[in-house]
Amino acid sequence: MRQVLLAAPILIPLAASAVTALLWRRPMAQRRIGLAAAVLLLAATLALLAEVVSGGMLVGRMGNWPPPFGIALVVDHLSAAMLVITGLMGLAVAVYAMGPGAQERDRAGFQPLFHALLMGVTGSFSTGDLFNLYVWFEVMLIASFGLLVLDRTKEQLDGGVRYVMLNLVGTTFFLIAVGLLYGLTGTLNLADLARVAPDVGNQGALAAAAALLLISFGAKAAVFPLFNWLPASYHTASMPVAAIFAALLTKVGVYAIIRVFTLVFAHDHALFGPIVGVIAMATMVVGVLGAAAHYDVRRILSFHIISQIGYMLVGVALMTPLAIAGSVLYVIHHIVVKANLFLVAGAMRQVGGSFALARLGGLWASRPLLGLMFLVPALSLAGIPPLSGFWGKLVVIRSGLEAEAYLLAFVALAVGLLTLYSMIKIWNEAFWKAAPEPAPQPAAWSRAQRIATFAPILLLCGVTLTIGLWTEPFAAFSIAAAESLLDRDGYITAVLGAPMPRFAEAVP
Amino acid sequence: MDATVILRVSAPLLLWVPMALSLYLLLRGHNDPGGGFVGGLVGAAGLVFHAIARGHAAALRVMRLPPASWCGLGLLLAAASGLLAWLDPQAGYLTHRWWFADVGVTLPIGTALLFDIGVYLVVVGTITAMSFALVAED
Repeated sequence: MRQVLLAAPILIPLAASAVTALLWRRPMAQRRIGLAAAVLLLAATLALLAEVVSGGMLVGRMGNWPPPFGIALVVDHLSAAMLVITGLMGLAVAVYAMGPGAQERDRAGFQPLFHALLMGVTGSFSTGDLFNLYVWFEVMLIASFGLLVLDRTKEQLDGGVRYVMLNLVGTTFFLIAVGLLYGLTGTLNLADLARVAPDVGNQGALAAAAALLLISFGAKAAVFPLFNWLPASYHTASMPVAAIFAALLTKVGVYAIIRVFTLVFAHDHALFGPIVGVIAMATMVVGVLGAAAHYDVRRILSFHIISQIGYMLVGVALMTPLAIAGSVLYVIHHIVVKANLFLVAGAMRQVGGSFALARLGGLWASRPLLGLMFLVPALSLAGIPPLSGFWGKLVVIRSGLEAEAYLLAFVALAVGLLTLYSMIKIWNEAFWKAAPEPAPQPAAWSRAQRIATFAPILLLCGVTLTIGLWTEPFAAFSIAAAESLLDRDGYITAVLGAPMPRFAEAVP
Repeated sequence: MDATVILRVSAPLLLWVPMALSLYLLLRGHNDPGGGFVGGLVGAAGLVFHAIARGHAAALRVMRLPPASWCGLGLLLAAASGLLAWLDPQAGYLTHRWWFADVGVTLPIGTALLFDIGVYLVVVGTITAMSFALVAED
């Protein structure tokens, strides 16, 4: 049963993608199957999480080839949490995508691509093999390109080409690093790499491979200075697509950085810790300043993705249990909040007629509930207590102070203030100021479309409030996740089995 | 799109010979060079010939299902080939199962064959989807 659970988060979206492609000419059937698969994925990931929490790390050998020869799937606390969040986002966006514009999207092939994207994401979170991670990155890249250009407008193609070009460069660096590592160690299994990496003679070459991986994952995660593809492309995508991208794609990069740098290159922390720290600070500052300069809701939100990535890297920069727990908590909180903000932006567009702040206005008077639904994720993003973002920032900043990284803690605090500034900017312009003349005509939409739009927003608001008001289990889980991430020997033993006793060197 | 008379008349030949060859390559891949990927490419080449000679609507009629459905079917088959692993619930996904059919000679049939057929269908679907889109441009 454990083996089935382990593979289920990959198999469910795979099957969904295959069946919806098979039903290419029947969009309605595709939509139903897509929704059922999303529910199933969430259920399977929740069962997997329960299994990991009660029974510890799950390891599976694909095709029964023992690691390090075959590909291993490894799901520990962090992976399980990321999988559950993926399932939650998949369900929220699958429902949201049934709102306005659903028919055009489904006819263009939204469902197969969407589930292929989910498969790429769950595969990246489950794999315990570096080359397999590369393969999942490619699956994600291809599916996301298809989703990005779904409407086939000139603007989307322009954004899509930039997106693919910059990401291809990133994955090429990944491939070079994989080649280097294989040449140095003769293995690509993460546990086996972690076992042999400290004893590699040529530590310089190993550090070079690590730097290449940092560049490649950093480009995926949109950290400074490799973030340009994100604001160039995200605002062109249709809203459900932008929401799932904002929620998951950059976080896969963050996950890969956390995984590889806590496991394989942990012994090199003295070198990479400060580098990641500087990158984290620069990312926070540049992202938030970019957001402050823009007046289109989608662009503001896109830049905030970048800014928040900085917080998630603090754990890798400091490598203390508390800092890594902070990163884990922050990733979980952020995915929910960020996706929700994009969903709300789509709803604002629907009732206000525009994404441009100048042409929005008066939404608080006409749609007070939408205002509340915006305030929950927006204030949480800025870190106002008692919402989820407050706890995430609290743990991150406190870990910075404890590790005596005062500059890092100060930057994190200041960026929080600036985040509040841009959220207030959206609030003032879109909700508070008088409606512009002539008053925008809200697009007509049916009752079912309204439900499809607002149900996921309410669900995610509920998750944000739950994390905020009932933080204890989430904090405890994050600390458990951090401990299991720092327990490298535990990971190695779980994947490779108990270390073999060393006999005397064989004499030829 | 104006194909020459020679091309139009020889179209059936150019469709079915590569198709037959592709199936041979698919089965040969069991122990020799070949397999689902190469077979799929050759098979797709036959269909693309047909699309050039008779127009892509005719090629789509030959395929019966839209190219995306071929991909879906192939993916489903490849994914399902791994499920047989769980005849033993402790085994990892994709663990191979073998069946040595005894019909005069012993035919070793494994889940790898099922997987390869899946790959074949996906490749045919992908290549035809891409090239038909290009043929349909003008």
